[in-house]
Amino acid sequence: MDKTRANTLEYNPDLCNLCGICLVVCPQGVFERVDSEIRLSNPDACMECGACALNCPRGALSVDSGVGCASAMIKAALTGGEPTCGCDEGCC
Amino acid sequence: MKSKDSNECCCSGESVPCCSGKTNDTAINPTPEIKETVSKVTIHEWLNHVLARLGVNRSGWRVEPGLYRLGNPGPDSPVFVTANYQLSFDALRNAVKGIEGYILVLDTKGVNVWCAAGKGTFGTGELVSRIKDTGLSNVVNRHRVIVPQLGATGVAAHEVTEQTGFKVDYGPIRASDIPEFLRTGKATTGMRRVRFNLLDRLVLIPVELNQTFTRMLGIAAAAFFLDGKIAASGVAGAASAGLFGVPILLPWLPVKDYSNKGFLLGGAVGVATAAAALKDDNGRLAHKTLRALSYMLLLPPISAYISLNYTGVTPYASPSQVKREIYKYIPVMAGMAGAGIIMNTAQRILRLLKG
Repeated sequence: MDKTRANTLEYNPDLCNLCGICLVVCPQGVFERVDSEIRLSNPDACMECGACALNCPRGALSVDSGVGCASAMIKAALTGGEPTCGCDEGCC
Repeated sequence: MKSKDSNECCCSGESVPCCSGKTNDTAINPTPEIKETVSKVTIHEWLNHVLARLGVNRSGWRVEPGLYRLGNPGPDSPVFVTANYQLSFDALRNAVKGIEGYILVLDTKGVNVWCAAGKGTFGTGELVSRIKDTGLSNVVNRHRVIVPQLGATGVAAHEVTEQTGFKVDYGPIRASDIPEFLRTGKATTGMRRVRFNLLDRLVLIPVELNQTFTRMLGIAAAAFFLDGKIAASGVAGAASAGLFGVPILLPWLPVKDYSNKGFLLGGAVGVATAAAALKDDNGRLAHKTLRALSYMLLLPPISAYISLNYTGVTPYASPSQVKREIYKYIPVMAGMAGAGIIMNTAQRILRLLKG
């Protein structure tokens, strides 16, 4: 992981069609519409939930979203597996 | 284990649709079956909420998926989408008191909207097949569903529209804002931001307590038998600092990393325990100094570890941050605890040797 960055959110303004769905879905106010463009005004607030990337119809956003719970990640680090959150019961 | 948690869990998991119900491409159900529900949440149901918050019967709080009629809705009434977790469903119907509408309950295996969306069970696939299976397009004129904003982690609005013709309107984060959202037709910025006030944080404690209590009791008991009541009180204090102190004091602890928030409070407990030990201990200065130091090393990691585990339920920590903290602080915690155990054992042996 890049140590200089707080998170994995990436935005390519060239692909953006200004639909503004990212402004709607982001629970942290990372995006802002300034004049006629959308900017990452507060990228450090990103919690990597992935809602913006999933809902962007133009693929202008990407973020590695994943399990954010420490115990699952510690377990994954120890066992070498992928972190899973045990919503497993009766699932998959 | 935290990972089994289904109310305030941690699964901001992969957004690959998993167990997204039937992937049914067949024609729209012509005679929709609509179940009845009411806005009123009964006392019995409120009691169930308490049990669910305590982590009792964790995967049992399920609502049958499908389409529900709330009051006497007509073809122009709104359609609200939610998860089949009892607390999600009840929060929604309680919030929309007096509003007639439909509730479309997705099968999220009894997991709340946010966690299920992270996992993908509250997702595009399940929403699409639920819209088709319930024959929703024969029930309402306006082909529009209101999906809670926190469901956006699993639902791609444009794909739902492509596959069903239904427009996805992201509603406010909190169900209690729905009446205003319906009245004004839009969600304010405030409705679109997660918040984490004292009450939001307090309700997380019971589940965390449930998951840690036995372990902490074991450690405190071991400390009591090996070292006495000061050590046991120290362990209880450090565990409480992590379990209660961190979530309650979260915004006021002047450090960013969750582990450090725990270290800070655990450090205070460590110092207090060390002071108590120095006061109580009549042994040689070297022995009691070693003992006091061992508490200052052993206790903070307990609070820090519990604190680090809260990251999964807070709306701030990103997986990148948690990962960074794990690699940075877990070795520190292990090192401190190890050194503390060695020091404590050493002073014990020294005392035995020197009578």
